[in-house]
Amino acid sequence: MTPPAPRRDKGLVRPYVVTEGRSHPTRNTFDLVTLVLAHEDRPLGGLSPEKRALMELCLGGALSVAEIAGHLMLPVSVVKVLLGDLVDSGHLSTRAPIPSAELPEAQILQEVLDGLRARL
Amino acid sequence: MDSALASDGAVYLPRTVRTAAKILVVGHFAVGKTTFVGSLSEIRPLRTEETMTQAGAFVDDLAGIDGKTTTTVAMDFGRLTLSESLVLYLFGAPGQQRFTRLWQDMTQGALGALVLADTRRLDQSFEVMGLLEELGLPYAVAVNHFDGAPTYPDEEIREALDLLPETPLITCDARDRVSSTRALITLVEYLSARTAQEHV
Repeated sequence: MTPPAPRRDKGLVRPYVVTEGRSHPTRNTFDLVTLVLAHEDRPLGGLSPEKRALMELCLGGALSVAEIAGHLMLPVSVVKVLLGDLVDSGHLSTRAPIPSAELPEAQILQEVLDGLRARL
Repeated sequence: MDSALASDGAVYLPRTVRTAAKILVVGHFAVGKTTFVGSLSEIRPLRTEETMTQAGAFVDDLAGIDGKTTTTVAMDFGRLTLSESLVLYLFGAPGQQRFTRLWQDMTQGALGALVLADTRRLDQSFEVMGLLEELGLPYAVAVNHFDGAPTYPDEEIREALDLLPETPLITCDARDRVSSTRALITLVEYLSARTAQEHV
């Protein structure tokens, strides 16, 4: 049975075409909330349309992996493959979600609590 | 709706943000997850979709259709920049056992979860609570108040949901920013107290 046609207008090609058949990124360091930063000095020529779109999005500023997937309307798993390649090629760097070795969870929880209380 | 979200310009994080934390907002279908995330988020909530291979044979509303092997799971999420160095992401996702892979991705590194419940369908919260317990993620329960839904004393809801004595139970209105913020604060206070206990 054919799955229903995707509602997105950008999704003209199937996810595995975008990732050149791969379902896993070259590195396993991406969480949904890993923050991604683009390097402005890298050439965009030669990148696939999806990677170019990703770079153009990220050149504006820092975003999480989940936000990139949401804005590009691509599945998170596909975005992780693209990000892996772009980190490998020096186009992007990442900031680990919670640098647990440096920041104990208790401190993060306290900061979250302070931040939420300040919003009331 | 999808294209409306897509045409939005991206709202970037301040350059000073160093840490991203994650809290899950979970519950059964139509319990108010997206509404809750939407009332708290500083950005218009975004949606990501994952195509999943079915672990089981049955799909909601598709029982009887043979050969369906994949399904699309949508995850709505929002963002709150809490300080110049800290951003909090709220992820709302359906709490069904068959989406285990999505859940592993979501729960990895999450601080905890807020389970939204509806007094008219309390029994439907068991599956998601079971999943959280299986994954070892601490949670609080927030009863989302729907207009016209019956209200019960906390003790009765606790009993109906079979909550542990320490699990916080709160009532909230997912449409209201302050009420939703309070529910989140109750969860984080609980998480904070647990962490403090572990380190005594």
